[in-house]
Amino acid sequence: MNGQWAPACNLKQLQCRAQMLSKIRAFFEQRKVLEVETPLLCHSTGTDPQLDFFSSAYHCSPNNKQMYLQTSPEFAMKRLLAAGSGSIYQICKAFRNGESGRFHNPEFSILEWYRIDYNLQQLMDETIELLLYVLEKNESTANIKVLTYSALFEEITALNPCNFCLQSYISYAENNNLTDAISLCENDHSMWLDFIFSHIIQPELEQYHLCIVYGYPAIQASLSRINIDNPAIADRFEVFIKGIEIANGFLELADRNEQERRFDQENEVRRSKGMMLVKKDPYFLDALSAGLPECSGIALGLDRLLMILTNSNSLKEVMPFPFDRA
Amino acid sequence: MAKYSTNEFKAGLKIMLDADPCAIIENEFIKPGKGQAFSRVKIRNLKTGRVVERTFKSGESVESADVVDIEIQYLYCDGDFWHFMMADTFEQYQADENAVADSVKWLKDQAICTMTLWNDLPLSVTPPNFVELSITDTDPGLKGDTSGGGGKPATLETGAVVRVPLFVQIGEMIKVDTRTGEYVSRVKE
Repeated sequence: MNGQWAPACNLKQLQCRAQMLSKIRAFFEQRKVLEVETPLLCHSTGTDPQLDFFSSAYHCSPNNKQMYLQTSPEFAMKRLLAAGSGSIYQICKAFRNGESGRFHNPEFSILEWYRIDYNLQQLMDETIELLLYVLEKNESTANIKVLTYSALFEEITALNPCNFCLQSYISYAENNNLTDAISLCENDHSMWLDFIFSHIIQPELEQYHLCIVYGYPAIQASLSRINIDNPAIADRFEVFIKGIEIANGFLELADRNEQERRFDQENEVRRSKGMMLVKKDPYFLDALSAGLPECSGIALGLDRLLMILTNSNSLKEVMPFPFDRA
Repeated sequence: MAKYSTNEFKAGLKIMLDADPCAIIENEFIKPGKGQAFSRVKIRNLKTGRVVERTFKSGESVESADVVDIEIQYLYCDGDFWHFMMADTFEQYQADENAVADSVKWLKDQAICTMTLWNDLPLSVTPPNFVELSITDTDPGLKGDTSGGGGKPATLETGAVVRVPLFVQIGEMIKVDTRTGEYVSRVKE
């Protein structure tokens, strides 16, 4: 169909999406994980300098309230967990400003779930089970790989991802046709990791149906806990299907003070980059004070999963109304 | 000069890079999970034709290049410059050797070409996809051989050399695809 009014995707995609969603719901129903809904429009948002949000004003003149479209339902879901909801999942929209491309749409669908008393390993196992079930593959025939970030990074680059040595990173870039990295990343350890991971390592993961990378360097902990035995790494993992990043899981940080410290650090980065500062979400922090139970949680990109399910090349092929038609 | 953010990058956009005008061939937005977003771009340098890969930090901006494509008629060569004229305005442009480059071997008087202008100066000339040219020299070949197998070189009126089937003779007009430099068919006059 032509014309911007019409869906960008084939109508068959609507069926595939509905099927995928009903399978996911069946999976969690069977495991007694409760489906929940939390607000998309909230009074606070995350401080992560890498996540640009949409904001809007709630009109109650003259004291209009600044509101935010959620970049993920994480804070609100953790408030439910702290209140005693038990294990929960949600299928909802999330919004990220400025993200648009083959694998990005500013508004996208997320599956996020939290498992009480699960450690990282248990959540990784469950994620594999869910994906094999949705992709209709079985464990014996699928090419599955589970490995640590450090092992993967060192095998491919011979660089140590946890222990940053600028000079060796620069020589690696010079020898591997990545000279742009030198001027872009300067002395920023985390950006170097992002650059090398996305340019060099991720393409290597295309050979696996399913690949889980865990034990991220501590500077990339985000909202995960620092590993209790090895403070150089975080209890965080990511899932890649044929090299496409599909999900990100944490052993959830429950310590309010540590969480507040990370918010402050991120706001400091925002200040240094001239970005708008973000108010620390008081409801979320108070929920942590009240006590977040031991849990692991994960967010999974549903539109990308649908892309993989239907062998599509771009999100535009699986969304009826991607950003340019929204 | 206008600026473009990497968020506006798409195929065909003309930008300045290292002081040369370039065209974006492909832009991939990449963003690792919780990390820095990048634009990984394939870019053609419009002066040299070379294709390079570059990475920008997402949100960076770059200067736009004042590059436009126009349809223009080839007139003649005076030995140093190749002269062209816009059919509607009669405005003339003269292109130097660098601009006509390899296109020169397909340029026949009055052909409608695409000229790329940078700051109103000719940067490159692209001949029509198909041109009809007469053969000025080729081996007589064997009579009766009508198969295309093998073929032979033929020199055309513009100096280009293409492979043609054995049955094609001196003086005949042939149609050539300028993008591949391959013979397409004979042209009946």
